[in-house]
Amino acid sequence: MKNIRKLSSLILIVMLLLAVGCTQDTVESEEQVGGELILATTTSTENSGLLDYILPDFEEKTGVEIKVVAVGTGAALQKGMDGEADILLVHAKDREETFVAEGHGPKRYDVMYNDFVIIGPESDPAEVKGLNVVEALTKISEARAAFVSRGDDSGTHTKEISLWEASETAPEGDWYVEVGKGMGDTITMAEELEAYTISDRATYLSMKENLESIILVEDDEILFNQYGVIQVDPSKNDQINAEAAEAFVNWIISEEAQELIGTYEAYGEVLFNPNAK
Amino acid sequence: MDYIIEGIIGAFKLILSLDKEIYSIVLLSIYVSFASTVISSIVGVPLGLFTGIKEFKGKRLLSKIYFTFMGLPPVVVGLVTVLIISRSGPLGSVRLIYTPTAMIIAQSLLVTPIVTGIIFTNSKDIGLEIINICKTLGANKRHTFFKLIKELKTLILVATVTGFGRAISEVGAVMIVGGNIKGHTRVMTTFIAMSNSMGNYDTSIAMGIILLTISFVANSFLYNRTMGDSNGYKIKKY
Repeated sequence: MKNIRKLSSLILIVMLLLAVGCTQDTVESEEQVGGELILATTTSTENSGLLDYILPDFEEKTGVEIKVVAVGTGAALQKGMDGEADILLVHAKDREETFVAEGHGPKRYDVMYNDFVIIGPESDPAEVKGLNVVEALTKISEARAAFVSRGDDSGTHTKEISLWEASETAPEGDWYVEVGKGMGDTITMAEELEAYTISDRATYLSMKENLESIILVEDDEILFNQYGVIQVDPSKNDQINAEAAEAFVNWIISEEAQELIGTYEAYGEVLFNPNAK
Repeated sequence: MDYIIEGIIGAFKLILSLDKEIYSIVLLSIYVSFASTVISSIVGVPLGLFTGIKEFKGKRLLSKIYFTFMGLPPVVVGLVTVLIISRSGPLGSVRLIYTPTAMIIAQSLLVTPIVTGIIFTNSKDIGLEIINICKTLGANKRHTFFKLIKELKTLILVATVTGFGRAISEVGAVMIVGGNIKGHTRVMTTFIAMSNSMGNYDTSIAMGIILLTISFVANSFLYNRTMGDSNGYKIKKY
């Protein structure tokens, strides 16, 4: 009996060793990058469900575990400058180009686009429905109709400021409310205040069923919303996973990932149009 | 009005659906807050007892410091923690940012003063009495300490449950150090804040109900224990 026990435990140990050996082999045979990647991005890409749809493909292919931190574009770029993130997926092209020009990242690539819309109460007190953006904003400021601004240095906020500049009106006064919050909160506040605001189409659509606000201004060239990807300069600190970040850039501009983005539908509409070159 | 009723109905559907994501968020919340409460108690109970019972110079100043720290705003704790553990911070190389460990650290910083403060304010009179009795009975220091813990178990329980309540309900610190990352650091409070900003009232309400239930269970446990206690002294939370 004792011998049998000894033998069986020996067999068990051998099997265990073999099993350990096998798993190590499989890990080595697949060329996986591995590690962890912090992606700083805007709330629109996460809240719309796009990232949940496309990221599993990347994680499967590379074995990299992605941590998504959804903040405004300004905050995301700041995280990049501080080396607190490995990769950025943001939407404020001019600021992204400045980011690269200042040496915080090697290169910026176009990834996809969608558009902004101006939403407001159905009663439309400033009568802007169907106008172009410049006319609409001029009328809102002339009527001193309530307008809620993100006021948080995000991509949408940057866009909004450039639109006011284009309409040559300075948004000042009681009617112009800067809330310093994310897109969802801003829309909710605009709804409560029966005010106008600017939103990316994806976030508006994702909240539409709980809203009475409607789209009043859309399909103006100036409302184009380009998203870009930038790898953070790996020399910022030794914890940046440069290999994974590079793999991410190559993946998101690859044909397969671009096709995934283009097939993502929510609320009955395609939310993002891929346009990587 | 409709959306409130719809929200509540949706909430119950969600709770009963045993959605995996919802329950992993709940478990993470409990894990993080429980761990930080344990750490806070290990530090706070002896510290509160020692400084509470002993008379020394500067005790009044110390009590003022305790009370200030008991009211620390969670966002400030989050900010301080993030400055220390961010990649470029002094502990950056440990890679703690956006992890549950970071959240435990932040909540421990938040809860330790609360546990310490409650023990500190309540242990003085009864504590001295116990110590004197132990002395007359000839107990050594170690025995006295354990006797103190045993006699003051209700007080310690109140302090820990209050601390746990604070930890599990705060949102400011875990949002900053955890980042509300799906599947990693998303806890009940950050989930509620996020769903709310997205206008998903039913998921917010569902999580709110679960959070209240956990608080209720913790406090019922506390109530049952304290009712059975015959020491008969009143405990002030502050």
